[in-house]
Amino acid sequence: MSDHEYTPKSKAGKWFNDRLPLLTLGAHLTDYPTPKNLNYWWTFGGILTFCLLTQIITGIVLAMHYVAHADLAFASVEHIMRDVNYGWLIRYIHSNGASMFFLAVYIHIFRSLFYGSYKSPREVIWIIGLLIYLLMMAAAFMGYVLPWGQMSFWGATVITNLFSAIPLVGESITTWLWGAYSVDNPTLNRFFSLHYLIPFLILGLVVLHIWALHVPGNNNPVGIDIKKPSKDTVPFHPYITIKDTFALLMFMIIFAGFVFFSPNVLGHSDNYIPANPLVTPAHIVPEWYLLPFYAILRSVPDKLGGVILMFGAIFILFVLPWLDTSKVRSAVFRPIYRQFYWIFVLDVLMLGYMGAMPAEGIYLVLARVGTIYYFAHFIIVMPVVGLLEKTDPIPMSISEPVLTGGADPALARKDNEKI
Amino acid sequence: MKRFSIKSLLFITTFLLASSVKLYSAGGEAEPIKVDWSFKGITGKFDRASLQRGFQVYKEVCSSCHSMQYLSYRNLGEPGGPEFSEQEVKAIAASVEVTDGPDDQGEMFTRPGRPADKFKNPYPNVKASIAANGGAYPPDMSVLVKARPGGSNYIYSVLVGYEDPPEGVTLDDGVYYNKYMIGNKIKMSSPLSDDIVEYSDGTQASVDQMAKDVTTFLSWAAEPELEERHRTGVKVIIYLILLTTLVYLSMKKIWSRVDTEV
Repeated sequence: MSDHEYTPKSKAGKWFNDRLPLLTLGAHLTDYPTPKNLNYWWTFGGILTFCLLTQIITGIVLAMHYVAHADLAFASVEHIMRDVNYGWLIRYIHSNGASMFFLAVYIHIFRSLFYGSYKSPREVIWIIGLLIYLLMMAAAFMGYVLPWGQMSFWGATVITNLFSAIPLVGESITTWLWGAYSVDNPTLNRFFSLHYLIPFLILGLVVLHIWALHVPGNNNPVGIDIKKPSKDTVPFHPYITIKDTFALLMFMIIFAGFVFFSPNVLGHSDNYIPANPLVTPAHIVPEWYLLPFYAILRSVPDKLGGVILMFGAIFILFVLPWLDTSKVRSAVFRPIYRQFYWIFVLDVLMLGYMGAMPAEGIYLVLARVGTIYYFAHFIIVMPVVGLLEKTDPIPMSISEPVLTGGADPALARKDNEKI
Repeated sequence: MKRFSIKSLLFITTFLLASSVKLYSAGGEAEPIKVDWSFKGITGKFDRASLQRGFQVYKEVCSSCHSMQYLSYRNLGEPGGPEFSEQEVKAIAASVEVTDGPDDQGEMFTRPGRPADKFKNPYPNVKASIAANGGAYPPDMSVLVKARPGGSNYIYSVLVGYEDPPEGVTLDDGVYYNKYMIGNKIKMSSPLSDDIVEYSDGTQASVDQMAKDVTTFLSWAAEPELEERHRTGVKVIIYLILLTTLVYLSMKKIWSRVDTEV
């Protein structure tokens, strides 16, 4: 991977590096040749790393004060909010941090979809990313259960009950997951344990995600392979580090806006009512970031079918690199796919909205249409458009896109400004 | 590039909006009255006098049925709250008989309350409170404002929203009609009536005034950190904006070495 041999200057450095080449790794990360035309959609990788570390650090502090017991959990959260020094700040960062994490991951995923970053030779990066996303959803779901409010309890009941749809062994599996005959103290206890474990699994996968990224190097808005290092690339430090820092700070301003000025707007007020197994809330809704999948689940009249489609909606992403038949990566040069891309974005947003609405009347109809389109996008649009579409001419390199004469006009304009 | 950024902006905005929209409007109840609370907005603070009056309403009216188990008497003297003096807090706590123990003989005993004690529950347990209130649980008020979709506006509206049921609505015994209550039916009779408390600061104790005061008090109880949160938030955001500007300028400088815009 390393493009040139690195030798530490000091004797001690050389001694250490011969035994554990950490300094070589550091040099690689610093020099890592990065396409110079990355736009701000590429800054979300760094932002996501920040989100993960924030969740881990605030989470560790919260765990010092939280009590994972059905009778004490709610009170312990109030104890954090009232009596722990800056407990309110730590908890609000953690709870809003989950939402910010998902906001960033969705932008990151949709960026990849637009610029074809999931395509060869980056399939493994994409798959590891999806595994991270799956673990994030599991961690967020279990984290939401921990305050043991009404939505915690009933959300956990709805989601764990999905497993009872599995033929023959479903009921036994659900009971096994609960550790009881309903969502109860054992469930809360194991969810806490797993909620603490998962972030570290994610951290490990993030290392693999970055490692896999550093093999082929970054994709870029033009989507072409570039020679590395070359005049098309800049060293990661200081160019990308400073740009990522700038984007991260902008992100933190929005983050702080939520934490300090409307810390509960992304949550559900019912979760400030202690869990009560005898009272079902009028509407059970998951957190906003799970709503599109919730809409897919509810759009199928059959429980097992709904569960299969919901998981299918995520697992279909794993085979996306092979469903997309286009040889061109970036949607900048794919006029037809670009239209479908935005329709797909709207479809997912609509599904999210339907997931928040009651599953009845027009909402249910639209949720069904949205679900069908969601799958059609991957099963029909991706392979067919890739084969039939006449793509725009692709530039030879990032620095000289004008040589081909026919790149995306907007892009050419931008490059002309540069030159 | 311009076309693309507009789309992107639209995307983020939609996302943020979609996540913050009011997800449900329930049945026939009216939208809560919008009150111009002093504690809303990014520099919002509680009205100290209103908090103190609100505590009086809570103590003399609400606390006979509603617990507030996550608050301690000491909270009443802490910054950002009603800020009663130390003497006043001690006196408020001491006016309550608290069961403590067991002592060295293994006996439970009662003593006057101390500032460190939690607010005393009006009932020994939830079941007792349900039995004493016609089968309805008077909810704990510690985080009540955060536990209702309309927040402070909703609590205030319910307190002033009692009226005769419209035609065609029949109510069982011990059930009352409330314009704003979710489902319009409430098992609590109208708790406030003019001059039910006598304010020591001479404020006229109208239903509206008391409803505002006690809602302010409950809003503080649910978010005792609100003032500190607002203050810190303003500082944090100013700091972040300054730092962002500096980093932006550094970035421009660094990137001026290559022929690419950032």
